[in-house]
Amino acid sequence: MSRLPITKTPKPYVGGAFIRSESGRVFPVKDAAGNFFANIPQCTRKDLRNAVEAAAKAGPGWAKRTAYNRGQILYRLGEMLEARRAEMIDTLALFGATKSAAAKDVDVSTDRLIYYAGWSDKYEQVLGNVNPVAAPYFNFTVTEPMGVVGVLAPDSPALLGLVSLVAPVIVSGNTVVAHVSEKTPYPAILFGEMLATSDLPGGVVNLLSGFRKELLPTFATHTHLRAISATASADERKTLRLGAAESIKRVKFTDSDIDWFAATAQSPYAIRDTLEFKTTWHPIGA
Amino acid sequence: MATLTTDKKPARSASRANGRPRPELIFGDLWEFDPAPETADPKLKPRYDLFIGGKFVAPASGKYFDSINPANEQKLAELAVGGAADVDAAYQAASKAFESVWGKMPGKERGKYLFRIARLLQDRAREFAVAETMDNGKPIRETRDFDVPMAAAHFFYHGGWADKLDYAAPGRRMAPLGVVAQVIPWNFPLLMLSWKIAPALAAGNCVVIKPATNTPINAVKLAEIFQDAGLPPGVVNVITGPGSTGGLMMAHPSAAKIAFTGSTEVGKVIMRSVAGTEKKMTMELGGKAANIVFDDAPIDQAVEGIVNGIFFNQGQVCCAGSRLLVHESVADLVVSKLKNRLRVLRVGDPLDKNTDVGAIVSRAQLDSIQEYLDIGVKEGAEMWQPPFRRPAKGFFLPPTIFTGVTMSHRIAREEIFGPVLSILTFRTVEEAIEKANNTAYGLSAGVWTDKGSRILKMSTELKAGVVWANTFNKFDPTSPFGGYKESGFGREGGRQGLLDYAKLV
Repeated sequence: MSRLPITKTPKPYVGGAFIRSESGRVFPVKDAAGNFFANIPQCTRKDLRNAVEAAAKAGPGWAKRTAYNRGQILYRLGEMLEARRAEMIDTLALFGATKSAAAKDVDVSTDRLIYYAGWSDKYEQVLGNVNPVAAPYFNFTVTEPMGVVGVLAPDSPALLGLVSLVAPVIVSGNTVVAHVSEKTPYPAILFGEMLATSDLPGGVVNLLSGFRKELLPTFATHTHLRAISATASADERKTLRLGAAESIKRVKFTDSDIDWFAATAQSPYAIRDTLEFKTTWHPIGA
Repeated sequence: MATLTTDKKPARSASRANGRPRPELIFGDLWEFDPAPETADPKLKPRYDLFIGGKFVAPASGKYFDSINPANEQKLAELAVGGAADVDAAYQAASKAFESVWGKMPGKERGKYLFRIARLLQDRAREFAVAETMDNGKPIRETRDFDVPMAAAHFFYHGGWADKLDYAAPGRRMAPLGVVAQVIPWNFPLLMLSWKIAPALAAGNCVVIKPATNTPINAVKLAEIFQDAGLPPGVVNVITGPGSTGGLMMAHPSAAKIAFTGSTEVGKVIMRSVAGTEKKMTMELGGKAANIVFDDAPIDQAVEGIVNGIFFNQGQVCCAGSRLLVHESVADLVVSKLKNRLRVLRVGDPLDKNTDVGAIVSRAQLDSIQEYLDIGVKEGAEMWQPPFRRPAKGFFLPPTIFTGVTMSHRIAREEIFGPVLSILTFRTVEEAIEKANNTAYGLSAGVWTDKGSRILKMSTELKAGVVWANTFNKFDPTSPFGGYKESGFGREGGRQGLLDYAKLV
């Protein structure tokens, strides 16, 4: 008699733990062949609020880490993904990607993490500066993370879409609450396990599975989310902008049809999108 | 003799320990100052039209509104009421200019126009200063020494950027957005024109701009300079009118970007109104800045900084230091020195070169500030104003301070936008940070201390876009300005501000 394998209960990574939805709700996900794969937690607005709280708690500590340290942690996240490359490729393939497309998704995702890891202690030198004011003052502009950022990831590419939106946000010390692909949520849940083993402090990245339609209005209006970075349809964009107006939230949309694999899909300007600029003046004198 | 000295010494130190300052001479109104009015001719015309496509044109409605001098309530000029047809014409002119001239022009040439504008404004500096003072009510000392030279400096600074855009965003190329809609407030009418127009043009955009209803004159006067500079028609279009005209401008489908400076309340309305479009935005909104004075601060300098922080431009400044957080051990000393200073602050004719505090911009604004004074008193804070003789005409208010204010008081939470200072105390650095950041706003903050490491800690912890350490209310074209949180997003000035007027390709 053949051995019955142990199936994994998929649980999204929130606040440094793997959670079920507080509602107890799940939705079934099938693989590309149409076979039942697993039940996925259908996270609620309450789960979202809890995740924001976890992200807010983690924020100050993460932002205070040295840039060097944040860079090393992002690099280690890349190491974790590389180490489980085969598993991730198989997973992506299970949900319909060709083997080669799946491999590309994983490899570019890993490289993207390494790309942003390297920016951690450099973007400040590119984006900030000393300002030659016409008076005897020392004046300099530095960047600071905005705080908790909401991310709405695209369905495809299932892994690279999420990684491309999350990495430039956290490298500067922001924390993230992300809604992962509704259609193909499992790769993101698997990625959560790599987040958990990467030295990234709990709460820095929080992943929510569930129905976008249910969660989107709360992403839009939650006042502790200081910014949104999303791929979104025209209707969703409008909802997000309307909600953002209530607390002057920053909103950044990425077109879902961009070439995620291209070098142009990554830049220090993606980091800039969730940074504040702070300018300090001080008199020069005795 | 020796006994006498020992008697005296403890007495003096006891008095300082009580927080009372050394006695000093307060001249106050002991002597009348002779009037010293600035007499330069503001060269006002009785009527100003809209500036569209390089020409002054009458509004489609044929209607005009009056702009008055808030210091004497007399009419200065009448200005066109721009409506939907005018706004549309302005966008057509701007789009045409963008496509046929400005968008194609080499940066080197675009920059020359900005340099020209800066020079022509410097030539007519005194005239613009007087016009600004008459339209807004701010003291001539400020318009002459700050508003106008700083406005010219913004054009000059950005003129130099126009052919160096490739250096602004390493790894990417800057491309203009197209036509941008800009709506500006009444507190720095000319300076806000330059903050908005100069970076937009340097980056290769064309502009449709609306000055505030209360202070439109220098916008149309600046259009005269655009003509003199030979700026191609349609590159900048000036539409005057009520707030609703601004709404039409921002709703116009040809606007690629909206740049707004004004209240947070209106900012939210604008953000809602453009939801569903892909218009880019820069929002420079309200503030409730904390000006934090530690016990080791140079107190006399700090008092000057507090005065400059909240009474500059009658406190009608989004980044005004409207909340004074003072270390408890020096609170009595600071408040007492502050009162002495306010007793000699001269409130009155804005055109008088000795005036420190001019007129409030409008009756509505004066009423709104007065309402906050009533609220402050009703909520239990203690109000103090120096002796003050209200001129017979005009909208004047003496500098006002509130002591005994707590964080829950509305005068500590809401933007008053007037010469009103709320004073709170703190005991520890952490408490100062917590109180300073406990607001929906995050535009600016001030720190006064002799300790360098504390300045850097405060500057790191304060959630504000601009931190002034041992100074306050300093501005420069090279220095980015803008807020955190509900004070808005985007920056104006410096390389950061320039980038907000471009897409990176």
